[in-house]
Amino acid sequence: MTWWQRLWRRRQLEVQLDKELRFHLEQHANDLIAQGHDPVEARRLARLAIGGPEQVKEECRDARGTRWLEDLGQDVRHAARRLRSNPGFTAVGALTLALGIGASTAIFSAVNPILFEPLPYPRADRIVMIWDIFQGERSQVTFHTYRELTARSHSFDALAAFEPWQPTMTGAAEPERFDGQSVSSGYFQTLGVVPALGRDFIASDDQFHGPKVAILSDALWRRRFAANRAIVGGQITLDGDSFTVIGVMPRTLENVPAPSADIWSAMQYDPAHITDLQTAEWGHHLRMVGRLRPGVSLDQARRDLDTIARTPISDFPRAQWAALGHGFIVDSLQDDVTRGVKPALFAVLAAVLLLLLIACVNVTNLLLARSAQRQGEFAMRVALGAGRSRLIRQVLTESVLLSFVGGALGMLVAENGVRALVALGPPGLPRVDAIGVDGAVFAFAVAITTLIGLAVGLVPALHASRSDLRTGLKHSSRQTAGSHPLTRRALLVAEVSLALVLLVSAGLLLRSLNRLFAVDPGFDPSHLLTLQVQTSGHKFDDQANAPGVGAGLRRRFFAQALDAVRGVPGVSAAAFTSLLPLTDPELGIYGALFEKDQRGFDVYRYAVTPGYFETLGTPLLRGRFLDEHDDAGSPPAVVISQSLARREFGSQNSIGQRVHIGPMDRPWFAVVGVVAGVKQASLADNQQDAVYITAAQSWFADDAMSLVVRGRGDAGALTPAIRKAIWSVDKDQPIVQVATMDSLLEATAAERRFALVLFEVFGVVALMLAATGIYGVLSGSVTERLREIGVRSALGASRGDILTLVLRQGMTPAALGLLIGLIAAVAASHALVTLLFGVSRLDPLTYFGVIVLLACASGVACWVPAWRAAGVDPAITLRAE
Amino acid sequence: MTTAKSDLPQGTLDLLIMKVVALGPVHGYAIAQRLQQVSRDVVQVPQGSLYPALHRLENRGLLAADWKQTETGREAKFYRLTRTGKAQLESETASWQRLAEAVGLILGIAEGGAR
Repeated sequence: MTWWQRLWRRRQLEVQLDKELRFHLEQHANDLIAQGHDPVEARRLARLAIGGPEQVKEECRDARGTRWLEDLGQDVRHAARRLRSNPGFTAVGALTLALGIGASTAIFSAVNPILFEPLPYPRADRIVMIWDIFQGERSQVTFHTYRELTARSHSFDALAAFEPWQPTMTGAAEPERFDGQSVSSGYFQTLGVVPALGRDFIASDDQFHGPKVAILSDALWRRRFAANRAIVGGQITLDGDSFTVIGVMPRTLENVPAPSADIWSAMQYDPAHITDLQTAEWGHHLRMVGRLRPGVSLDQARRDLDTIARTPISDFPRAQWAALGHGFIVDSLQDDVTRGVKPALFAVLAAVLLLLLIACVNVTNLLLARSAQRQGEFAMRVALGAGRSRLIRQVLTESVLLSFVGGALGMLVAENGVRALVALGPPGLPRVDAIGVDGAVFAFAVAITTLIGLAVGLVPALHASRSDLRTGLKHSSRQTAGSHPLTRRALLVAEVSLALVLLVSAGLLLRSLNRLFAVDPGFDPSHLLTLQVQTSGHKFDDQANAPGVGAGLRRRFFAQALDAVRGVPGVSAAAFTSLLPLTDPELGIYGALFEKDQRGFDVYRYAVTPGYFETLGTPLLRGRFLDEHDDAGSPPAVVISQSLARREFGSQNSIGQRVHIGPMDRPWFAVVGVVAGVKQASLADNQQDAVYITAAQSWFADDAMSLVVRGRGDAGALTPAIRKAIWSVDKDQPIVQVATMDSLLEATAAERRFALVLFEVFGVVALMLAATGIYGVLSGSVTERLREIGVRSALGASRGDILTLVLRQGMTPAALGLLIGLIAAVAASHALVTLLFGVSRLDPLTYFGVIVLLACASGVACWVPAWRAAGVDPAITLRAE
Repeated sequence: MTTAKSDLPQGTLDLLIMKVVALGPVHGYAIAQRLQQVSRDVVQVPQGSLYPALHRLENRGLLAADWKQTETGREAKFYRLTRTGKAQLESETASWQRLAEAVGLILGIAEGGAR
């Protein structure tokens, strides 16, 4: 009989067991009667000899091997009954666990696709990113470097390069600029994905002056082309050129290297003029992915590429700035896209685990308190034949069941938490679309729920089975005094110290964020609206036979647009700039060189329209602002930032000094003014060396300019009127990245804020749990010690004595917890360093504040039961005996 | 909880039961009687542990059971040894004998040394 047959035929087996034992008893009795015993006495002796038929039956059931399953069913029913009969206990326990499990599940669902799950490509671990190295940092590769690696390396099945491409589609009602990528033909092949409709790029698409072809994302295809299959093979107008749509990517495609890309074209660089260093082919603006050949390890690929970097060959001469002197940085695609958010995610993950731990400790304490009240019940069951292991299983079943109730509620917490997390997530968070409650997350939740159920039940179960049963039975009529006080106090210590770690981390992050927002951005961000205007279309191209005509048109368009915007009611000032503060400065960094020492350095270049400083509210420190007179016909003028002036000229006057910006074949710019430093990349950015020139005097006309508008009221409300004003000049020019300066300010701190909000929530919950934990244990202990307290006060102890007695009982573990937590927090703060700003990880104020906060919370939690104890009337408690 | 503990060394009860059952199909009560008689009341078989042991052996496939009529016409559960049970009995008997001999030898030597 297999075990499930035994389980299935349980009833039949029970009947047979009963019959067998009955036969035994009757035979034995008959024999005894035959020996001359009285029949009643004979039956008694027979029963005595077998030692209690019920116990024998129990042991026979154990021998059956299906016992655990039968017991499980029984235990679950029993546990459910117990939980139902104690709604208060069940609610507190389940809610505490729901918070812990829900929070960890939510965090896990966010962290899992980013840190743990493989990217959604076949053999995703084989995909790597390849970077050039500049000053020890990742730098994009040039087209010729990409070509050289494609030709010379042997480690890859496929290599591909790509860069951002933002084409404007015209012809429809409103012009729309898309986010897209211009890629080499092997891009999708490297990722391992194929179009759902039409075809992938082929080598002949990616040729200099090759055919203009595009592939659409599923989302764009549905949104702009109504999911019309006939669009494949059809024509669309992008940047004034006609493109043939050759394919549509599948809906499931997750384009990890550029998540917002909706359209792709072939990049079509010119491989021919490799010795001409002034071409775009020698610019560092490509990113590169590769798929490792089977059997080639990441390290082998690194060595292969380094060998190529060290041994130039004459077929591939290199520009001095792409000489590959430091080799390459090669990382898996997953590591590459997650490296920015990893510190924040790991910190948050650690925080939620701490919270979960606190929740577990709290529930363990609850269960311990309850098992103390159930000594009598346990003793009775043992006396009735229950085995010790059976008791342990019973207690564990109860805790697991409680945990599952908590887990089910926790899934609700998690569902909502995930939504909040995604809304709160920093903009750099990769794979946002993959975040959600899926199978893996569900499995995680079930696993931790079970684990927690067992963990929180373990200590109470061991206590229940170990307790002295005779005292248990004797005391079954009332609660026993001082049950396992040591364990429970040890748990309190753990709880307080864990809460301290969480709160200190939250405090450090809070202080960092305050410091960050206290930073002066170098302008007044309130009432500022920003947006980017892109010039698009062939009329702006500079033709070889008419140099400067396109650039002139571009400048005229921006000038007219600016006039139109200034006319919008509610606008008090407006200006264009090539580089908007608090945004990615990548394309705004240029080399510069002062006449005095001819030493080159990097600066942010701002090509602005007159009135820019006045619009932003950037203070002038010396000289004058740029104005209408700094036009194409007048001597080139430049305003420099204070940091640059100080570094280059110290206390000397910088006005009148001459500087080159960008190409060396242009006239010198003379410094006419010095302005305060402006934060460019983020508020935490230290680099503030900047030069400001007028767009009219710039050596080239930027094709995209950012508009800054200062409104009299809510700047965001001006958006529609401003759009209309710009489109009244030219309806085909797209307007993108509309945002208020306040929101940009917020965005630069998004990662820290993300971590902070979570730590704050976890910290507050931890504080509450710790306080209720202390309160629960102490008030339980006061109830148990009522008689002792009564005796003490009968013997002359004053109210103050009793108060001190109870307070000391609660505050001692709390103080010990604070001490241990302090050490742990100091150690844990290492993990936060990358998220801190302007605060030491050992910031005394934070530590002091948190200790005071926790001490106060513990004090209040102790005070309530202590006050109750002090109010005990000795006459009543003693009479109750 | 007071379970009647056998004075038998651990595992010996199973061996004795199998030996008795090996003589022919027999029910639980008869096994208890037989063990007591054969050992001349030296071995007190705790009747309480007899049935759990029987069920354990049955589950392990060493014993099989059928419901049959006794001489008195009552229905009882008769146990018999299976093929694996037989093999198990032989190997355990052999190893028990080796152990008993060895223990006897050691005890003899110890006594000799003391003399």
